[in-house]
Amino acid sequence: MWVAEGTWAACVDAVRPLPGDVTLLHVVDVATAAALSGPVGLLGRSGPTDQGEYLLARAETELLDAAAARLGRDAAREVRRGRPEREVVAACANVDLLVLARDGDRSRLGPRSLGHHTRFVVDHAPCQIFLVWPESTPGLGTLLPPPHHDQIR
Amino acid sequence: MSTAISLLLLLAVLGFAVVRPRGLPEAVGAVPAAVLTVLAGLVPWRDALHELGDLGPTVAFLAAVLLLAYLADRSGVFRFAGAAAARWSKGSPRRLLGLVFVIAASVTAALSLDATVVLLTPVVFTTASALAIRPKPHVYACNHLANSASLLLPVSNLTNLLAMSAAGLSFLGFAGLMALPWLAVIAVEYVILRRFFADDLATPPHRPPVEAVPAPRFALAVLGVTLAGFALASPLGVHPAWVALAGALVLAVRLRVGVPTLLRKANPGFCVFVLALGVVVLGVSRGGFGALVDRVAPHHADLLGLLAMAFLAALLANVLNNLPATLMLLPFTAHSPGLVLAVLLGANIGPNLTYVGSLATLLWRQILHKSGHPPVTGEFLRLGALTVPACLIVGVASLWVSLRVSGV
Repeated sequence: MWVAEGTWAACVDAVRPLPGDVTLLHVVDVATAAALSGPVGLLGRSGPTDQGEYLLARAETELLDAAAARLGRDAAREVRRGRPEREVVAACANVDLLVLARDGDRSRLGPRSLGHHTRFVVDHAPCQIFLVWPESTPGLGTLLPPPHHDQIR
Repeated sequence: MSTAISLLLLLAVLGFAVVRPRGLPEAVGAVPAAVLTVLAGLVPWRDALHELGDLGPTVAFLAAVLLLAYLADRSGVFRFAGAAAARWSKGSPRRLLGLVFVIAASVTAALSLDATVVLLTPVVFTTASALAIRPKPHVYACNHLANSASLLLPVSNLTNLLAMSAAGLSFLGFAGLMALPWLAVIAVEYVILRRFFADDLATPPHRPPVEAVPAPRFALAVLGVTLAGFALASPLGVHPAWVALAGALVLAVRLRVGVPTLLRKANPGFCVFVLALGVVVLGVSRGGFGALVDRVAPHHADLLGLLAMAFLAALLANVLNNLPATLMLLPFTAHSPGLVLAVLLGANIGPNLTYVGSLATLLWRQILHKSGHPPVTGEFLRLGALTVPACLIVGVASLWVSLRVSGV
């Protein structure tokens, strides 16, 4: 299960009734790490270099603790660091099912309702995918009427 | 020959400052280089002393502002800002981004870019993480605004302090001309970041309970009075450095911070480094490289001249570093406040292009494989390539409007 900030709770709820062993996966995005400890102050001055690492590690632990508590049963943990989409795909080498949540623009349902990283993982993960909605599922009302020429036929 | 020597000295100074072998202060490399500049006859010692005398009050001002920011942090000002942002955001990533923009722009303007990078960014990361929001857009906002929102006040950036004394602008005169470019550039950053990070900002809001942090009223009041003091001091003939020092001392007494800590937090090593750098750069701008810059630099503050100057400053800031770039360009522009401010637009916004501050920094890092720093990511460079040209064009256009309206 991919534990990503903002959407992990829906994934945990989807995983809870499933049988089998669960692994909680979190990826620290190198881009965030770079921005957090990037030296952009006066002539490249920045805070203590390990401060960013400390903050990242603490946030990661808190996130996984919260996910484990919500899941309510034993789960392994895996933490990776790199480009999230590639790390998640790599982490799926030996799993049966990956659970992840949609992110992206869900106000207009269509190609954009999957974020770039999610899209990449859905296309490339070497396992089955369980894609959950981070909030309630859309109603049938979101379905647009079919194009005009289809209606005539 | 002398051109080559002066450029080599400058590169050595910058390289030393980036690498900091054995954690030695930047000044250890810069002071001998400044002495060599004078001994090699690149700068007559009289001129070197004159340069030091010019830079002195500016550097003292910088030290006082760094101290003020440190004491504001000790008083809990940044923790309070983080908690307020968390409460008002109602857990929404987009609202939090808007609040982070307001806070980061204000902190950068009032307490310098250093305060945003060193003190505010960790608070913003923690705030976003606590709200289960993806922190990337918000951390990037701090990172970018530390540079591009450092246009408003002379205290926002060391480059501005140098320019204010070079162009003979008053504190309020500076702020008046830069207010419009400041707002315009922040608006451009906001629009681009909102779109660039649309995926990360689209997660549904959560509202975990947020701990209320009491407002550090005393510290906020002192900061407010100090800022007002900056504006009032110049017309009265008092250097604003004294105002900043007074504000810092009031906070220090209240917090019972000892003198050794105060001296350390004023970064005396960095201040000496700036003074020495001033002499080394003087050597470069008096030589052939300076003549080349003079030939290339525009001399009229019309729209095209301002634009060319801003892009030239941005280019130099990315090749060398924004501090040497500013020191080098200021002597050629001192006759025109408009051109001086255009230099600042370039030197302050430009560094967002290469994230490490400049190409020089980046190269030194690569050459020496300095560990402990995450690599430059394509994402960061792409964001810089999007924002910097847009901010420069919009910033220069609004500076031009400001200049026309005020008739400078």
